[in-house]
Amino acid sequence: MPITNTTQIARSKGDPRIVRKGPSSLTGSDRLARALGWFSIGLGLTELMAPGFIARTLGLESKEGLIRAYGARELASAVPTLSVDKPVGLASRIAGDVLDLATLSSALRPGNAKRDNAAIAFALVIGVTLLDLVAFAEVKASHGRERGTQRDYSDRSGLPRGPQASRGLARRDFDTPPDYRAEGSVADAVPATAP
Amino acid sequence: MRALVWHGKEDIRCDSVTDPQIEDDRDAIIKITSCAICGSDLHLFHNLIPAMLPGDIMGHESMGEVVEVGAAAKAKLKKGDRVVIPFTIQCGECEQCQRGNFSLCQRTNRKGNLGDKAFGHRTAGLFGYTHLTGGYPGGQAEYLRVPFADTTHIKVPDGIDDEKLLFLSDILPTGWQAAVQADIQPGDTVAVWGCGPVGQMTIRSAILLGAEQIIAIDHLPERLSMAAAAGAVTINFETESVIERLNELTGGEGPHKCIDAVGSESHVNMGQPDTLLDRAKQMVMLENDRPHVLREMIYACRPGGVISIIGVYTGLADKIPMGQSMNKGLTFRMAQAHVPRWTDDLLRRIEDDQIDPSFVITHKVDLSDGPEMYRTFRDKADSCIKVMLKP
Repeated sequence: MPITNTTQIARSKGDPRIVRKGPSSLTGSDRLARALGWFSIGLGLTELMAPGFIARTLGLESKEGLIRAYGARELASAVPTLSVDKPVGLASRIAGDVLDLATLSSALRPGNAKRDNAAIAFALVIGVTLLDLVAFAEVKASHGRERGTQRDYSDRSGLPRGPQASRGLARRDFDTPPDYRAEGSVADAVPATAP
Repeated sequence: MRALVWHGKEDIRCDSVTDPQIEDDRDAIIKITSCAICGSDLHLFHNLIPAMLPGDIMGHESMGEVVEVGAAAKAKLKKGDRVVIPFTIQCGECEQCQRGNFSLCQRTNRKGNLGDKAFGHRTAGLFGYTHLTGGYPGGQAEYLRVPFADTTHIKVPDGIDDEKLLFLSDILPTGWQAAVQADIQPGDTVAVWGCGPVGQMTIRSAILLGAEQIIAIDHLPERLSMAAAAGAVTINFETESVIERLNELTGGEGPHKCIDAVGSESHVNMGQPDTLLDRAKQMVMLENDRPHVLREMIYACRPGGVISIIGVYTGLADKIPMGQSMNKGLTFRMAQAHVPRWTDDLLRRIEDDQIDPSFVITHKVDLSDGPEMYRTFRDKADSCIKVMLKP
């Protein structure tokens, strides 16, 4: 819950109000990453709280502990996926997808009575993996430094008289105010003695 | 009017909003001619600062022309005046304002009860920032209501471009204060962490104040090239050891003065494991800030030296080496800039051609391109260092 809800912060009465919204700085890939992050939280909580149900549905009865561990992994990858460091979260989701597929492939064995469920789950994970790959590629592309060309600003001193001629220029008419002084000298600290 | 509006994490939009109105006799309405995106706006963009509301107007670096004045402000302002608006709102009358501590004004935070709870005691109202500092609508807009306008403005003359004057609103006095509160003396070696816009202004201020050697630390080549243009020695922390280089450059003694122009969002780097841990803790809200720079400054600083913090921190920071700080006898100075304390002097230095702050502008675009430029600035794409917006 946002802190603003619990503290009852409200905008002041006279402040400007939105009449019409403009386009957002959020890109499509940002929104996809955000959706995948929330999906991770939902799946992770389900795996943590109902590993037995998932294991029975997929014919993986002996792997409740592993499913619970995967739940923790999903939550751990959700955090960066929902943060500004989305590529890290999406990369960890892709690695997780590979683990999920490997585990599900063991449920596709001919003797598994829940093989059909496992096949559906396998297909769903492949679909989510594709979404993760697309989101990862687009987020990396849109958040990188590669756009445009790298410029050199070595002609921008900001000191019209040049750095060397500017050194100490302010000392002609500026002293550090007394309340900002951090340094003194022994001469300042030792009281003058009478001659 | 058009304005850049915060809708949530990474979600800024150029919306149509209602025009601001005079609400108090001390108010004025400014028609914005130029404004800018500040590094601390990125903390809001990343939702690292609490108590923002969807619908809040961004921006605290702006200037323009007075178009309406409340009755009580008419002695100081009139229609047509050209003004730069400081990011701090000050009454000019309270004890803190009288002492020159304008960013600590006791009266202008209209949500002072929130400030009291968050900080222990309220600080000044700020434009385009959290509701902990009043939640005042900001200046990335076509018009701005300026509360306490009789004391919250810097009159500037005609005949000087906006580009040279705009940064009196924040980054120039902020960089200046970073250098002044370090008590730079002629002959000092000053190390500046972070070569963003504030770091660049700090470097120029340190030169004007007579620092003998300035060492600029960053990892982006374009920012290091801009620092070197002012005569700074540069350290790229991705390819060099900061501590080893600082010791080399200071005969093993360390810099006299260390300035943090980075703040809450230190770069996360595989070669610096503490930054990885800080980022992980920040993601799960076990820590608000990533104070790698602060740790490094404390370690690198010469005993008896000064640590000046001007980069914005937002809340709780872990593993600050107080033992090193205490045993080395370091002095810490920090604050949001007390903008009007320095601006008369800095305006004179601009007029006198001692400094031209326009050097830092790398992108100049229409206000409606603001949402895209927030992303460009955040990603450091296209060698972006400072974005100026024209409403």
